Amino acid sequence: MTEFLSALANYTFLQHALLACILSSIGCGIIGTYVVVKRIGFLAGGIAHTVLAGMGIAYFMEGSPLLGAVIAALFAAVFISFIKLRWKQQEDILVAAFWSVGMAIGILFISKTPGYSVDLMSFLFGNILLVSKSDLILMMMLDIITVGIVFLFYKQFMAAVFDEEFARLRGIRIEIYYTLLMCMVALTVVLLIQIVGLILVIALLIFPAACAAQFFHSIFKMMLAATAICLLATMSGLAIAYQPDLPAGATIIVTAGVFYAVAIASSRLLKQLQKKSVAN
Amino acid sequence: MNPIIEIDNVSFSYSHIPVVRDINLVIHEGEFLGVIGPNAGGKSTLLKLILGLLRPDAGKITVLGKSPDKGRSRIGYVPQYPAFSRDFPINVRDVVLLGRLGETRWYGGYTQEDRDIAMNALKAVEIDSIWNQSIDSLSGGQLQRMLIARALASKPDILILDEPTANIDVRAEEDIFALLKQYNDHMTIIVVSHDIGFISGYVNRVACLNQTLLCHTTSEISGKTIEELYGAPVRMIQHIH
Repeated sequence: MTEFLSALANYTFLQHALLACILSSIGCGIIGTYVVVKRIGFLAGGIAHTVLAGMGIAYFMEGSPLLGAVIAALFAAVFISFIKLRWKQQEDILVAAFWSVGMAIGILFISKTPGYSVDLMSFLFGNILLVSKSDLILMMMLDIITVGIVFLFYKQFMAAVFDEEFARLRGIRIEIYYTLLMCMVALTVVLLIQIVGLILVIALLIFPAACAAQFFHSIFKMMLAATAICLLATMSGLAIAYQPDLPAGATIIVTAGVFYAVAIASSRLLKQLQKKSVAN
Repeated sequence: MNPIIEIDNVSFSYSHIPVVRDINLVIHEGEFLGVIGPNAGGKSTLLKLILGLLRPDAGKITVLGKSPDKGRSRIGYVPQYPAFSRDFPINVRDVVLLGRLGETRWYGGYTQEDRDIAMNALKAVEIDSIWNQSIDSLSGGQLQRMLIARALASKPDILILDEPTANIDVRAEEDIFALLKQYNDHMTIIVVSHDIGFISGYVNRVACLNQTLLCHTTSEISGKTIEELYGAPVRMIQHIH
């Protein structure tokens, strides 16, 4: 641990990594909460995997992979919202199709780009130690957009995720807010891909908010708690991975998974203790 | 009395199976209308048509002289089954505050005025003491009162309730109807029920719906109409008030 801290003081790549943890935790806590309460983890997974298509095409065309990821994620978000709102019956099949076809397109483009193999791994599993200054600036912008939109439309999002029918009767344009929410899920997925890669991103999006849901019964408190838990999971994962030179993304996910297991177990225990104290 | 909802020759079917046919009904301002009829008789469908959640295949509906899409902001709706899941992390007051949508500012959080209105709505249905409880801890009666408070929070001109007392005990049922009777002073109320004997003591007009509108009488419903409606004699339950 001391070794990690002294390295943190000396190396900018570690400082960048730590900043990336902080920036991604904000989006993760806010949007992860919506994903958990609305139970759209599967749809978020579809978006995450479609991102590879955008990254692959951008890489092939020598553009910025991150920009390609943003475009592909937004495209997938709009399309998947459309599926959810209009073709509800085939939702699972269509999302699964997006999931795998998006990935396949990405792999095809990457395979036709010289020197692909190393980069494919970092797309899939992330590489937090390679986060650049421009990545950090983009991450900060994505955070500002997310926080701003959620602040402006907090009531509308609440109505849309809680009770669609009632929201519609109160004049809320569900289609618009649902699509907007999915677009923010998409941007958050891109944020988190920097940290853990697109295969593991769903776990990082869901675990912190699912932990928070065990203890908090309000969306706002869940958002704050999930942000804190995500920050703790990413930073401690990074610290644990440093000395034995483990892959940071995978270590972070395992850490978040352990947090979730502990959260479930302790909330169960707490409930049983409460029951006992009531019985006595 | 001014007409507040006009239903003109309305028919609707779910994929070719007719649910309601040739409905003509004018509801006037200040009425307390009971809609009764057997299961699958089209009661909830009629409400959804009035609310603009479904569009009629034929005929026309106006709410306050406008199309249902536009007029429904003046309607407070209490659904038969809540469309949300009970384990959603939200407390009672925050659910009621959702009734302020469309009435309050479009951005940011709620105003102090919204919170006052929500608390007053909770007082009216006598559950203001549990305003900060999360909804998974509510009893059936408390949940129903919360849904009524949410509808009241938008300060509607019309209150529409779909089987408001289906999941609660008789005493709570009487409380809720007494409360509605009170609100009827300044609100038009439409209530769907299958409990004919019970609502006839509160409403001032009854519409009997079994695909078509069989009758709407101002007086008490006779055994004959009930037989016509349900196709069999139904035992009327005597409620003592």
